[in-house]
Amino acid sequence: MISAPVVVGAAVFYLALLFAVAAFADRRAREGRSIIGNAWIYALSLAVYCTAWTYFGSVGRAAATGVWFLPIYLGPMLAMLLAWIVVRKMIRIAHTYRITSIADFIASRYGKSPLVAALVTLITVVGIVPYIALQLKAVSSGYLLLTASGAAGGGPSPAWWQDGTLLVALALALFTILFGARHLDSAERHEGMVAAVAFESLVKLVAFLAVGVFVTYGLFDGMADIWARAKAVPEMASLLRLGGTGGAGAFGYAQWFTLTLLSMLSVLLLPRQFQMMVVECVNERHLKRAAWVFPAYLLVINIFVLPLALGGLLLLGPNGADPETFVLSLPLANGATGLALFAYVGGLSAATGMLIVETIAVSTMVCNDLVMPALLRRQGRKAFSSEVETGSREENASRQDNARAGGDLTALILNIRRAAILAILLLGYLYFQVAGEAYALVSIGLISFAAVAQFAPALFGGMYWREATRAGALGGLLGGFVVWAYTLMLPSVAKSGWIDDGFLTHGPFGITALAPERLFGLQGLDNLSHSLFWSLTVNVALYVGLSLWRAPSGREASQALLFVDVFARGHATATAGAADPVFWRGRARPADLMALASRLLGPDAARQIFEEHSHESGVAVGTDLTADARLVDKVERRLAGAVGSASARVLVAAVAEEEPLSPADVMEILNEASQLRVYALALEEKSRSLEIASAELSAANAQLRTLDELKDDFVSSVTHELRTPLTAIRALSELMLDAPDMEAPQRQEFLTIIVGESERLGRLVNQVLDMAKLESGHGEWHNADVDLRRLVRDAVTATTELARSRGAQITFEAPDAVPLLRADPDRLTQVVLNLISNAVKFVPAEGGRVHVSLHVEGDGLVVRVKDNGPGVPEGERDTIFEKFRQGGDALTRPPGTGLGLPISRRIVDHFGGRMWLENQDGSGACFAFRLPFQPDAGAEGLAPAASEPAGKVEALAGGNTREETP
Amino acid sequence: MIPELAPAKACAAKVLIADDEPNIVVSLEFMMKREGFEVLVARDGRAALEAIRRERPRLVLLDATMPGMSGFDVCEAVRADADVRSTCIVMLTAKGRETDMARGVGAGADAYVTKPFSTRDLVQQVKDMLAKDTAARALATGSAGAGELPKDMPA
Repeated sequence: MISAPVVVGAAVFYLALLFAVAAFADRRAREGRSIIGNAWIYALSLAVYCTAWTYFGSVGRAAATGVWFLPIYLGPMLAMLLAWIVVRKMIRIAHTYRITSIADFIASRYGKSPLVAALVTLITVVGIVPYIALQLKAVSSGYLLLTASGAAGGGPSPAWWQDGTLLVALALALFTILFGARHLDSAERHEGMVAAVAFESLVKLVAFLAVGVFVTYGLFDGMADIWARAKAVPEMASLLRLGGTGGAGAFGYAQWFTLTLLSMLSVLLLPRQFQMMVVECVNERHLKRAAWVFPAYLLVINIFVLPLALGGLLLLGPNGADPETFVLSLPLANGATGLALFAYVGGLSAATGMLIVETIAVSTMVCNDLVMPALLRRQGRKAFSSEVETGSREENASRQDNARAGGDLTALILNIRRAAILAILLLGYLYFQVAGEAYALVSIGLISFAAVAQFAPALFGGMYWREATRAGALGGLLGGFVVWAYTLMLPSVAKSGWIDDGFLTHGPFGITALAPERLFGLQGLDNLSHSLFWSLTVNVALYVGLSLWRAPSGREASQALLFVDVFARGHATATAGAADPVFWRGRARPADLMALASRLLGPDAARQIFEEHSHESGVAVGTDLTADARLVDKVERRLAGAVGSASARVLVAAVAEEEPLSPADVMEILNEASQLRVYALALEEKSRSLEIASAELSAANAQLRTLDELKDDFVSSVTHELRTPLTAIRALSELMLDAPDMEAPQRQEFLTIIVGESERLGRLVNQVLDMAKLESGHGEWHNADVDLRRLVRDAVTATTELARSRGAQITFEAPDAVPLLRADPDRLTQVVLNLISNAVKFVPAEGGRVHVSLHVEGDGLVVRVKDNGPGVPEGERDTIFEKFRQGGDALTRPPGTGLGLPISRRIVDHFGGRMWLENQDGSGACFAFRLPFQPDAGAEGLAPAASEPAGKVEALAGGNTREETP
Repeated sequence: MIPELAPAKACAAKVLIADDEPNIVVSLEFMMKREGFEVLVARDGRAALEAIRRERPRLVLLDATMPGMSGFDVCEAVRADADVRSTCIVMLTAKGRETDMARGVGAGADAYVTKPFSTRDLVQQVKDMLAKDTAARALATGSAGAGELPKDMPA
């Protein structure tokens, strides 16, 4: 229905777009402006879980068995609930020890065992190749369907489309080589690939939803319509019930459980999921959003599965078309060729996404865990060590040698990877060619799932169980794999008709108990549940049994500690982090390590490692003759990123003289480290408290210094104030003494001055003492209930005579009665007298007026003393209450000590009140103070407790509220 | 008064008293007049500087702490002014701290007297200072005259 060139063109265009997206992301990564450092991209990239199997197979499965497609997606949702606990730990472990594949992860945990790594890789390859074939099959059959007018059986030219699938495989190999194996990155991250996969996840989602909407709302009147019509058809009604696969009626709990568990495990253990979720994870925190976005994605992509399946069955009939192609055939059959093409592109994206990531992941494993160890064992190991030794003799020469040799080795590793990528895809293609027609898509997928499920005990056990050993892991993996192959793989091969399937029913050699699908007579389970049950039982039993059989070796124990307690390290402070244990003992020369690192990582990266190390340890590059354990560990970790931890271990062991590590050594190192850690933490604690103490001390010191300066200033001011009158007294006395014949009026004038200055001195001495008492808090207070009205009136009366002598008049204004205050009446009198006499001093000689007023304002009393003198100049308003600041001009200023106002203010402050200078617009000064009936807690605290017997405090409160009746 | 202004009379030298304490001014004025000086009075720093520039007194009794412009400021201003630079300055201060002394000397005062002072000592100091000043001036004018009239000079 659609011409081949159009389909091919669309596919080519789509792949070109993918290249562009990947290239863009890679360029941005190189520029340091990564586009994948984002939780959304991360969550979308996890949707690589949805392959062509989801895209086409779910509908097929739904058409055959109803809601049985669901567990495959419920599992991942459940798994993501545990993401923050389990996946985060996996990510932390992988990033800390630079683990780049699931084989590496498991092998690293069990003492960096090359054997474990190889076994995991083998299981993966065997388990995954059919899965890869499945993707190719989807691409090719989709193509066939589109170009061959919906007739599934006979294409126009089988040879042509076979080549087409090969071309897709080759194109993807090219893509994967370009974006997955361009450079040897020790973190094994591929930003371009991640961006492309996230993009693909969007494309497939949109395409699938588009088809779903088209069918549900275009061809039918919504979901209800489809449901209603499906119910009318008897064979289809069973699809809507939760029954066993055969529609037998009873709900298949075991099968639901199996499928859910299987998909739960595979979303964590499939190589591509591990690659995306763990290795490519940029930031652990992205996991939080992915934990709900990814399940939501699965939910959305599954919404239209059942409607599509039912709709396809209704429209095309049970035998009309393969249900697995409904996504394409439904639009096609209804003339929506454009949509069909888009749906095909969606399927293509689902397939290519899986192929790319799976291939990268598996090729890394094949290269690091199968090929590299073999190379190292054959000739590499000797070559490495000898070259390294010659290289390190002459420093300069070795640098150049290493640069050349390092380049060669990096290229070698990359080429191995490229070859592995190509080989895996071709292997998938080959499998597809041989077995392509044998199975439904879903079955292939589930067989792969069951294979990778064998990693679960070794991987999860290793993350939480310290006693697990290499033997246990090997035994479990091998046992589980063998049972899997026997109970699932072999029967499926037999069912394809390649080998005689007689042994399925009768058992091999006629032993019925060994019948692959009814092992030891276990019946009543479907073959998948049966296989999973036996394989995992054998796996776990061997894993636990063999682990308990022998205590872990030193290396196993150390790796166990590093894995299980990964959160206990690293995130502490830098000082404490330096105390992390390093499980390595031996001797190595830095030059050898340098040479090794240069050869595998390139000279620049190698130099960087050493610079980092010298920065952290504080030892200059190249000055230490023997490498410490920390440097060796650092180099080994970086190498592990490039060639896998097992190979890295072998390489480092080749250049260093190592001492074997016993379990006792491990405990010793651990104890040392934890002790160091305790010391480091204690040191930090101590230095922190010292810092605090020192800060407190310096603050106290600064305060003391300020006080000292204030005191110094005060003493200096007092000295000045005392010396000034003394100067006049002494000078005039001396003059009179020298001139006995001085005229009487002159003598009279001098004596008057002397008496005046003496009085001034006396006043000053009194006030300085007063001030000192107030300031030191040793003032004596004789508190009593005070009627402020009477007190102010008495003060006014007392100063009336003084005012009259200066020609001034004092007026007094107050309400008839005011509430009583609790205060020292003598002190308050002092304050009022000071204010009034100040005012009297400043009023003009003629017509001077002083107005004293008392008011109740709010919860306190306010006294104002207002005069018609010159007022306080603008510039002096702020300082008028400071000590020795006398108002007015020195020449015209009346005599004073400059202490009256500061003392008054302190007295008012003492009773919780406030004294201030009111703003007067040029008509004299107005000083005011306010005393509260109820001094607040702070002011109360100022009152010296000694002068106030405890019993009186009660009375004080009562006195404050009492109103005096007139 | 013309006789008092006559330059020939050495004891009629002009003395400025700058202090903001009236009673101290009374005593200083009495003292200086008794010694036969011509006395001028300024009540603050600004007035003192004006009087110095206008009246060109031979000597100033300068209080260090006056409102507005302090005695130190006046002293610095006088030393910076070429016309009145040679004025003798006796700084009077009631602050006895060493830092204040240092500041007075730094400002360029010829002498620094702490209040309360001995009247006799102060008078003696003023007299000595003026005598020294007179001698210095005479030497300056004398040598200048010698340059003009070499024949009159004894061999």
